[in-house]
Amino acid sequence: MYPDVWGREIDIKKEILKDFPILGRKIGGKRLIYLDSTATSQKPIQVLDVIYEFYSRSNSNVHRGIYKLSEESTEAYEKSREKIKKFIGARDKREIIFTRNATESLNLIAYSWGSQIIRKGDNILLTVMEHHSNLLPWRRIAREKKANIHYIGITKDGRLDLSELDNYSKLEPKILAITHVSNVLGTINPIKDLAKWIHDLGGFIVVDGAQSVPHMPVDVNDLDADFLVFSGHKMLGPTGIGVLYGKFEILDEMEPFLVGGEMISRVTLKDESWNELPWKFEAGTPNYVGAIALGMAIDYLNALGMDWVYNHERRLVRYALDKLLDVPGIKIYGPLDDRDRGGIISFTMDNVHPHDIATLLDEDGICIRSGHHCAQPLHDILGVPATARASFYIYNWEEDIDALTASLMKIHKLFAI
Amino acid sequence: MGYELYLEHILDHYRNPRNYGKLDDATVKHTDTNIPCGDELTYYLKIEDNKISKVGFIGQGCVLSMASASILSEKIKNMEIDEINKLDEEYIYNILGIRPGPARSKCVLLSLKVLKKAVEKLDRV
Repeated sequence: MYPDVWGREIDIKKEILKDFPILGRKIGGKRLIYLDSTATSQKPIQVLDVIYEFYSRSNSNVHRGIYKLSEESTEAYEKSREKIKKFIGARDKREIIFTRNATESLNLIAYSWGSQIIRKGDNILLTVMEHHSNLLPWRRIAREKKANIHYIGITKDGRLDLSELDNYSKLEPKILAITHVSNVLGTINPIKDLAKWIHDLGGFIVVDGAQSVPHMPVDVNDLDADFLVFSGHKMLGPTGIGVLYGKFEILDEMEPFLVGGEMISRVTLKDESWNELPWKFEAGTPNYVGAIALGMAIDYLNALGMDWVYNHERRLVRYALDKLLDVPGIKIYGPLDDRDRGGIISFTMDNVHPHDIATLLDEDGICIRSGHHCAQPLHDILGVPATARASFYIYNWEEDIDALTASLMKIHKLFAI
Repeated sequence: MGYELYLEHILDHYRNPRNYGKLDDATVKHTDTNIPCGDELTYYLKIEDNKISKVGFIGQGCVLSMASASILSEKIKNMEIDEINKLDEEYIYNILGIRPGPARSKCVLLSLKVLKKAVEKLDRV
C-alpha cells in the first residue's frame, strides 16, 4: 500500500517505515539509521516486488519480439518513459533517454553534443561545487577542442557567487553545466534565473539533477533546462538506470553516443541510418527492468507528492541545523538557512577526522559518508581534505537526527583534549 | 568495529605523536596519501650502517593513520633495512593492538606503505 497522503503525518511515517525492509535491520544490535541517501537511497518493497514480479512473469527482451511477453516488456518499458516524462514536466516522451546513471548521461551530452557544438576558443562555464562527473566530461571536451573552462565561485556561506556573472557575460559561454543541488553544501541553485541568463547570451544550460529530482518538484519546462540528468538509484529505484532529458530539437540534431543494436533504422554493408528518438541513444539491450522499477519508484514518490517530500526534508534540515550546531567544535558547510538548502548537511568537528566520525557513528548503527564526496575542488576551496555528510530522505525522521546528535556528543567527549 | 579501535594508547599517540617533525639530516624521505580519505603522511629516515638511526614524520589524517605512523616510528628505530623489508600488515596490527575492518585498514596501513616506499628509494640514493 502507498502511504495515505491525506492521513496524519504520523500515519505516513508508519506506512513509509513499513515499506522499507532494510530499515528493520539491526546493526550491532542497534536500529539502522540510514543518513546516506545522497549516495544512494533505500528501496521500498513496491520497487523490489516489481523487479521480482517482472523477472518471474513477463521477462523478455524489449522492442524486437512479436510474441506476447515481449509486447508486455516493451509496453511496460515505454510506460515508464511516459511516467518519467510527466514527473519532470517534459513535453514529449521522446525527450526521455534511459542511461545507466547521471554520470553516463553527462558523458553522453559532453561527448555527442559538446563535440558537435564546441569550437576552438569557446567558453564553457562550470561551478566550483560540481561533482566530478559534471567536471571531467567537459574538461575532456575542452582539451580536445582547445576550448576554455571557467568556474563560478561560491560565497562564504556556500551559495553561488552570482556577482561573477557580469564578467562571464562578456565571454558569452556556449554551455553552462551546473548542479541543481550541491551534493556537499546542499545549496539549491537558482537554475531558472541562470537558464534565462545563459539563453539571453545564446548559450545552453545542462543541469545535473542527481540531488534535486529525487527530493523536490522539478519541471524542465518551468526551469527551461536544455538538458537535465539524474540517477534512478538515488530516488528509490534500482542501480544501473538513469535518465537524460534533452529538448527535442537538440536531441534530434545530436549524433548517437554508443552505436550498435536497437539504435539503427537500416544497416547495409556500406552504410547505416539512425533510429528515431529516443532509441537513437539507447544502443544495446537496455536495462528495461531497471526502467520499469524506476517507474514504480516514481509512482511511490507521486503518491507522497514531491511537495510533501520537499517540505519533509526542509523540516528535517531546519531541525538538524538547530540540533547539530549545539555539538561543540562542529562546523557546518553550506547555507545555514533551510530556504535554499536540500536535505544534505556536511560538517567537520575539531580534532576528529571525518573517517573517525563515520567509524564511530557506525558503532551506533548510523550510516553517514565521509570523504570528499567526488567534489575535490570544492573541498580544496573549503580548505578541508574531507567532510562528514549526513543526508535525509522520506524515511528519516527527527529521531534519527536526535540519535546523530547524541552520538556526535559522545564522539566529541572521546576526543576532547 | 568502532569504539574498540579507539583504545587509550591509540588516542594517546594521536594526541601526542612521537617522533613528529621533519628531519633535516634525513637520508631519505617519502610522502604518500590515501586518496579517498585525504590522509597524508611523510616519513623521514636517517640511515647509518644499514640501520635506521633516526626517524621523523609529518602528516595529517584520521586517528588511525596518525597513531599508526607514531607507533611504527617508535618500533623501527635501530631496525635494519632487511628487517624493514620483512614487515607486513600483520606486524602493524600487532603493534597497534587493533584490527580494523576493510573500510579502515588502509588508514592504519598507510604508515607501512610510506615506510616501505621510503626504504625502496634507498637503493637509488
